[in-house]
Amino acid sequence: MSALAKTTPPAAIELKAEAVSHAYEIDGRTLEVLQGIDLTVAPGEFVALLGPSGCGKSTLLRLAAGLESPRTGRVTENGTPIGKPDPSRILVFQDPTLFPWRTVWKNVATGLEARGLLPREKHRVDQALALVKLEKFANAYPHQLSGGMAQRVAIARALVNDPALLLLDEPFGKLDSLTRLTMQNELLALWKRAGFTALLVTHDVEEALLLADRVIVLSDRPARIVAEITVDKPHPRRRDDADLVRLRQDVLAQLGIHGDV
Amino acid sequence: MSNATQSIEAGGFAANAGWSGQLWLPGLIAAASWAATAVVTVALPDVVPWGSAGLFAILTGAGAAALVVLALAVPRLGAAGRTIVHYGPWFIAVGVWFFLWELTTAKFGWLPKPFFSPPHGLLAVYVAEWERLLICIGYSLRLWGLGFFSGIAVGFVVGVALGWSKGFSYWGMPILKLIGPVPATAWIPVTFYFFPTTFHASIFIVALSAGIPVAILTASGVAAVNRSYYDVARTLGADSRFLVLKVAVPASLPHVFVGLFMGLYYSFAVLVVAEMLGAKYGLGWYIQFQTAYSGYANVYATLIIMALICAGLVKLLFVGRDRLLAWQKGIL
Repeated sequence: MSALAKTTPPAAIELKAEAVSHAYEIDGRTLEVLQGIDLTVAPGEFVALLGPSGCGKSTLLRLAAGLESPRTGRVTENGTPIGKPDPSRILVFQDPTLFPWRTVWKNVATGLEARGLLPREKHRVDQALALVKLEKFANAYPHQLSGGMAQRVAIARALVNDPALLLLDEPFGKLDSLTRLTMQNELLALWKRAGFTALLVTHDVEEALLLADRVIVLSDRPARIVAEITVDKPHPRRRDDADLVRLRQDVLAQLGIHGDV
Repeated sequence: MSNATQSIEAGGFAANAGWSGQLWLPGLIAAASWAATAVVTVALPDVVPWGSAGLFAILTGAGAAALVVLALAVPRLGAAGRTIVHYGPWFIAVGVWFFLWELTTAKFGWLPKPFFSPPHGLLAVYVAEWERLLICIGYSLRLWGLGFFSGIAVGFVVGVALGWSKGFSYWGMPILKLIGPVPATAWIPVTFYFFPTTFHASIFIVALSAGIPVAILTASGVAAVNRSYYDVARTLGADSRFLVLKVAVPASLPHVFVGLFMGLYYSFAVLVVAEMLGAKYGLGWYIQFQTAYSGYANVYATLIIMALICAGLVKLLFVGRDRLLAWQKGIL
């Protein structure tokens, strides 16, 4: 079952943001999105970034993926600055963004194909599909899949590359609540099995507390770190656990929501 | 999906107006109209002789006989029968059309020679000229094929470059937009200067007419590709080559096919003009030649051939599109 992890154990990486600020130019005006972010994610750690929507969480992921470079400060992996995208750091988007012209199998194979590894490592595609329980849909096209299945394909497409860092941008945001619960458990199982470093962006407090070792709370734009909460609870966690309920109240208070929500 | 709808419609039609016990009534009506054409063709004399009246009567008579057989057999033919039933009204319409066409042209002379021709006048052309027409078809297809395929190949490559590269698009797009609307035939004087033979010039004009719509639509297709596909591919380790060939090109293929359809029609329209340029054979040349001698029946007969060839090529292109864009089904 854990063939993916066994064949090439990924060396989980340490991700570090040092005094990172970033801004976009929109219609000639500068829009500050990140301000003085200092963050260290230990190898194999699962960290959740929590904040109001549009606060700049996704930008931090794009910087970590190497799709963009920060205006000031630096983002490093194991001490080396991140300059360009690399298959060892994979980003999973809120939309599955599957290539509609490729079958499920070919979608998952994209990373191996792009690096010329596919002829020798076809079996890894099958394993990744088995991991997300979609072997039977290998020849289906994306438009034939449900939202949850499509997102599972997107996760398989990421995992087939044995990423050392998995960046998740609200990956379950568009799924129905039941599918979301299943997918959260599946993600947790995959993370435990493969041991990659995980950075999850979400605006769902419960999701962050259920999955992550540490929850970073960000402010409204431009995003600054306003709180850091360590969730010292073994998995599987119960969402009605008294400690988690108390932590949830704390986090919500940090986000400016008070009272019995 | 559309096949299913069609057969439901055809079934509904059959239930309302088609079946009469074990008989397909529209089939009998169609047979009657075809038989009437055959009878009129042999029974009434031509105002001016056209030739091949007997052959035409035999053909339409045979058609009528076949329709009678079908009228009896269709209830037992299953799926093929439903398709035939679907086109039943067309069989009737064609029969009635032939009948009126015969009467108004050859038999009563209301639509006179040489401007109009009865159906058996066209048949006479095919009987007399089939060898020359076959040679002309060969020549036209050679010119069209060389022009169309070289045109779409260059147009596609130029389109991808325009859609992909900012620098290429900065210089190329305004030029393309400027020369795009100019009719390909307007380049004839220049092509005479640049090309060694008129045949090359003709190929160039056909190529230009097919290539420009392909280039414009490919460029807009590549430029319109969802940026996140590139982001995903880049994080998965794709280089520029992969991004162009495996992301931009397949993603823009629906646009490219629109360009191909436009290019197909334009190139066919231009073909006739291109064959004016000192060609010795070809359907366009044949049309010109016959027009000069008032051989309008020959012109009509040739136009029918061109229309059929064009329709066949469009059909082929549809088949190709459905193969390559199978992934699109259900998206649109």
